[in-house]
Amino acid sequence: MFAFLLRRFGQAVIVMLVISLLSFSIQDQLGDPLRELVGQSVSEEIREQLRDKMGLNDPYLVQYWRFLKNALQGDLGTSYFFKRPALDVILDKLPATIDLVIAATFWILLFSIPVGIFAAIHPDHWFSKLALSLSILGISIPVFLTAIFLIYLFAVELGWLPSYGRGDTITLFSTWKTSLLTLDGLSHILLPSISLASVILPLFVRLIRSEMMEVLESEYIRFAWAKGLRRRRIWFLHSFKNTLLPVITVGGVQIGIMVAYTILTETVFQWPGMGFMFLEAINRVDTPLIVAYLIVVGLIFVVTNTVVDIIYGLVNPTVTLVGRPT
Amino acid sequence: MNFSLERMRRSPVYYSFINNKVAMVSAAILSTLLLVSILAPFIAPYDPWDQTAFDIMDSEYPPIGSSGADDRFLLGTDDMGRDMLSTILYGTGISIAIGIFATILQAFMGISIGLVSGYFGSRLDSFLMRIADIQLSFTTLMVAIIILAVFQAAVGLNSYERYALLMIVLVIGIAEWPQYARTVRACVLAEKKKEYVDAVRVIGLRPMRILYRHILPNTFSPLLVISTVQVANAIITEAGLSFLGLGMPITKPSLGSLIRNGFDYIFSGSWWITFLPALVLIVLILTINLLGDWLRDVLNPKIYK
Repeated sequence: MFAFLLRRFGQAVIVMLVISLLSFSIQDQLGDPLRELVGQSVSEEIREQLRDKMGLNDPYLVQYWRFLKNALQGDLGTSYFFKRPALDVILDKLPATIDLVIAATFWILLFSIPVGIFAAIHPDHWFSKLALSLSILGISIPVFLTAIFLIYLFAVELGWLPSYGRGDTITLFSTWKTSLLTLDGLSHILLPSISLASVILPLFVRLIRSEMMEVLESEYIRFAWAKGLRRRRIWFLHSFKNTLLPVITVGGVQIGIMVAYTILTETVFQWPGMGFMFLEAINRVDTPLIVAYLIVVGLIFVVTNTVVDIIYGLVNPTVTLVGRPT
Repeated sequence: MNFSLERMRRSPVYYSFINNKVAMVSAAILSTLLLVSILAPFIAPYDPWDQTAFDIMDSEYPPIGSSGADDRFLLGTDDMGRDMLSTILYGTGISIAIGIFATILQAFMGISIGLVSGYFGSRLDSFLMRIADIQLSFTTLMVAIIILAVFQAAVGLNSYERYALLMIVLVIGIAEWPQYARTVRACVLAEKKKEYVDAVRVIGLRPMRILYRHILPNTFSPLLVISTVQVANAIITEAGLSFLGLGMPITKPSLGSLIRNGFDYIFSGSWWITFLPALVLIVLILTINLLGDWLRDVLNPKIYK
C-alpha cells in the first residue's frame, strides 16, 4: 500500500517538474521582461547592468532553479498587464471557474445517473432509445455551438436570460466569491453551466448504461435473481454500486476535460474565469500570467488524476497495490 | 488480396449496411459533403480565398427567401461581402482535410508505438504506457490550446496564419497518439498468444516483419472503429481552436473560423453567418459518429473499450 502511494506520488512530482520546465522554457522565449520593466528609453549599458542584476545572463539551469524555488514559495512572477502577482490574479479568477464546474457537475449527476440506469435496465424502452439518440447528437455538437444556440434562443430571441457576465456574487469564507447563492447569479450561470455540461453528460449516460448492462449480465447478479432478492435491491444496491468503479476513474479524468472546455464556454459567455483570462493573457503576450496559468492548470490536472488513481486503488479490491496490476 | 465485388456483397458488413437505414443515410450525406468539398473549386460560385473577388458593399445579405436577399448569393453573404455558399464549401473541405490528416498522423505514431510496446513488452512497454496515460490525462484540447496559443504569441499573428494549418494537424496528430497505441497494444497482446504467431516465429521471420505483415492486419477492425471517432474528434477540436482564434485564419476559414466570425453578428440579427456553417459542422460530425457507432456494432471488437 505504502509503495503504491509513494510510486503514484513520485510520478506526480515528475510530471509537475516536466510541466515547470516547459513553462520556464516558454517564459524564457516569450517576450523580454526587461522591456516590460523599463521600457525602450534606457541605454544599452544600463540594460546590460540590469540584466546582470536580474540574473538574466545566468546559465539556463541556474535560472530554472531560481524559477522553481520561487514557484514553490508561491511566487510565479508579476503580471505585465495587471501589475500584480500572477498567482493572485489567477486565484481571483479561480472561483468563477469553480462555480461553473460545480454547476455543470450538478447537471451531469442529476441527469446522467437516472437516465443511465434506466437505459441499462430497460434497453428496449422508447425512452432509452431516445436518450441514446440524443446522446449521439449531444456528442456531435461542439460545446461552443451549444453555447451560441442557447444565447441566441434565450438571450437574443426570448430575452429571458443574460448572455454574459456573472451577476451578483456573495463572498464565502472571506475569499470565495460565488454566484451560486444569489438569484441574479443563478440566472447568469444557468446557460454557461448547461453548455459546459452538454459535452460530458452524453458521455456519462452512455458510460453508465454500458457499464451497468455489463454488470447486469454477470454471474453474481444472476445468482441474486435466483436467490429471489427484490428488483430494487438488485438494481440499485448490487448492480449500481459496482458500475460506480469505472465511472469514478472516467469521471476524474472528465474534471480535467471540463477545465479545458471552460476556456471555450467562458469565451462565449465572457465569464470572468481563468480560461477567459488565459486567452486575454495570450492576446496581450502577458508571459508571467500565461506561465502561472500553465502551472496552476497543470497542478489541477495532476492532483485530480493522482487522487482518482489512489481512490481507485483503495476502492477496487482487485488492484494489487504492490506494483502495477498485471 | 483478392478483392472482388462478389465477395464484398456476401460480407456481413455489407449485409448489415443495406439493412441499416441510419448508416445508409449517414453514408450518403457524408459522401455528398466529401464530394462537394473536394469539388469546391469547380462548383463554388465565387472564390472566397481571393480578396479581390468580393466587395464590402455586398456584406450581410440574408439567404434567398428572406426579405432583403440578393439573387446572386444563394445562402447570403458574410460581414465582408463573401458568398456564404462558397465559403462553406471551401471551409468544409478544410475541416475534413484537417480531420483526416491529423488522424493519419495519430494512426502512424500510435500504431508504431503500440506494436512495439505490445510485442516487446516488459520495461519499454510499461514506460510507454505510463507516458500514454499521462498524455491522455492532459486532454488534447487543453494541450492544443496551450501549444498553439504560445506559438501564436511567439511568432506573431501574421506569420501564425501562414503556418496555422500545418500546426493544427501536427498538434492534434501528436496529442492523440495514445488512443491508437493503447488499442493496438491490447490487440497485439491478445494476438501474440495465438498459434500462428508462434508458427511464423519458428519459421524465423524477423520481429518487424511478424508485426507488420501478420499481427497488424488482425488489429484492423478495432482500428477502423476508433479511426471514425478520431476523425470526428479532430474536426471538433479544430473547430474549437478556430473558434478561439487559434485555428484557421478568416482569410482561409474552416467551419470553426466561420462560426467565430459570425458570432459577433448574431446579436444584430444576422443569424445565417453563424448558423449555416454551424449546421454543416454538426451534420458532418453527426454522420461520422453515427457511422462509427454502426461500425462498432457490426465489427464488435471486444478489445475496444
